[in-house]
Amino acid sequence: MTRRGAAGSVLLAAVVALAFAGPLVSPWSWDETDFTAFGQGPSGRHWLGTTQSGRDVFALTLRGAQKSLVIGLLAALLSSGLAAVAGTVAGFAGGPLDRALMWGADLLLVLPPLLVVAVLAPGGGWPLLAPLLAAFMWMLPARAVRASTLSVRERGHVLAARFLGVAAPRVLVRHVLPQVASLLVADASLAAGAAIAAEGGLSFLGLGVRPPDVSLGALIADGRGAAATWPSGAAAGLLALIVLAVNLLGDGLRDALDPLRGGR
Amino acid sequence: MAGFLLRRLVSRGVLVVVAGSLAYLLAAAALDPRAGFEARVPRPPDAVIDARLSALNLDDRTPLAERFLVWGGGVVRGDFGRTREGEPVNAELWPRLGVSLRLVVPGGVAGSVLGVLLGAYAATRRGRGADRFITGGACVLLAVPVFVLAVLLQTAAATVNDAMGVRVFVWVGEGESAGIVGQVRHAVLPTATITLLQLAVYARYQRGLMLDVLHADFVRTARAKGLRRRTALLRHGLRTALVPMAAYFAYAAGPLVIGGMLTEKVFGWHGMGEWLADSIDRGDVNAVAAIDCVAACAVLPAGLVSDVLNGLLDPRVRPGAAA
Repeated sequence: MTRRGAAGSVLLAAVVALAFAGPLVSPWSWDETDFTAFGQGPSGRHWLGTTQSGRDVFALTLRGAQKSLVIGLLAALLSSGLAAVAGTVAGFAGGPLDRALMWGADLLLVLPPLLVVAVLAPGGGWPLLAPLLAAFMWMLPARAVRASTLSVRERGHVLAARFLGVAAPRVLVRHVLPQVASLLVADASLAAGAAIAAEGGLSFLGLGVRPPDVSLGALIADGRGAAATWPSGAAAGLLALIVLAVNLLGDGLRDALDPLRGGR
Repeated sequence: MAGFLLRRLVSRGVLVVVAGSLAYLLAAAALDPRAGFEARVPRPPDAVIDARLSALNLDDRTPLAERFLVWGGGVVRGDFGRTREGEPVNAELWPRLGVSLRLVVPGGVAGSVLGVLLGAYAATRRGRGADRFITGGACVLLAVPVFVLAVLLQTAAATVNDAMGVRVFVWVGEGESAGIVGQVRHAVLPTATITLLQLAVYARYQRGLMLDVLHADFVRTARAKGLRRRTALLRHGLRTALVPMAAYFAYAAGPLVIGGMLTEKVFGWHGMGEWLADSIDRGDVNAVAAIDCVAACAVLPAGLVSDVLNGLLDPRVRPGAAA
């Protein structure tokens, strides 16, 4: 693991610990309202102060960070899974199936994904966001997986397995997938970063996570125009920190797993 | 070259047509314009709502295929239908597209050119201070989502305005101010946001690509011919390293459109992004479909530029040379 990757994983662990352990020690819960403190600065009572409507900024920010982390993780897992299936099947099967899958991927690349997600997202709650985001992030990794499957397909051990009469799905899982796994792992963490940023953007426009629930994007949008800048500042900083940690981790993983790119 | 470009244009055009149809079908199936009419106070009679919806081709009781055909027929004639208020979509679309283009095009061009140059420079200075600064800066910029960057710039500008006592930076009311100076003053911050966003992505990719060619044989040959390091790297190294970037340009157009929409929203420009968010909120199917279509079409010129660059840089792509 490179230094970057190590820094990323430490940072990510710290953010996860903060987001999930923080609410346990915080004196206020995210959905409580303190009617004695409206728009106050940081104090012993409210560690990061309160919003205009008297909600605790520290608890709200952590709640938003939890949401971002969960959505990012889910979307990354789903999109990498989709990319693995579509990429290996297209590369391995070839022919019309390959062309159909790659044409579908190109089609989804033409439509800016956030537009489609923005249209569909308000219909469901936040659990729907992760699969929706994943549905529009698998195309580029699938293309990369397909390209490396094409070369893996011709390697000796894969050919041997096929000539021995092993069924295609089994060859895919046992012999092809492990060869492209490093690519997928590195890509999953980069996809998580992209999903977290996208969720933030959607919520910022008011189309992602809806009130009364909170997300970092919505907190940043609420904080604009208010006299005090630190409530949205805390959310913005935390969001940037999460994406930075995930990106660093992804870079480190890619450098560590891909010998050709080592040392950059 | 022309035949090659035409073929690429046609194949992309087919994709755009399919993508645009998909955009309408999705919007028509997911959005609910009826709810907006029913929520009016006082609530209009059902018959009135039905008549209004079917006049606007928004009636959810008409089969989707039928509505799609009506809409598609209009689009072929260059008419995107009417908004929920009954105004023609076109009247609103083109001015807003102009606003968005004024933001995205200068920012995108400046960002990609600067990013390529910075990335190439960083690669030639690998491991030294300048490289570390550029790589680290790009890494941090990539981690900051575009709307956060825009909000941060805006906050910083407001602080500067307060400190100077004069409004150095302005952004609200774009398009109203007369004169070049006013336009430029309005555009500085939003354009800077887009530029920084693009710059980070391009610098990062270009650095990696440039490192690959830095010690390539053809660069060494050029040096051996007697070219100076700078000339050899610019004429032989950078040209080769730019070819994959040119292909990336088409794919980068989508994220650029999204970045522009969020930036508009932050700086209060009345462009496509603001309209999209409002239209989705109102359940305005025709407006949403028109915006999606235009965004999908944005990939066409970007792809064309990318193909032209590719053809100029890489002689192997030109069909005459392939034989």
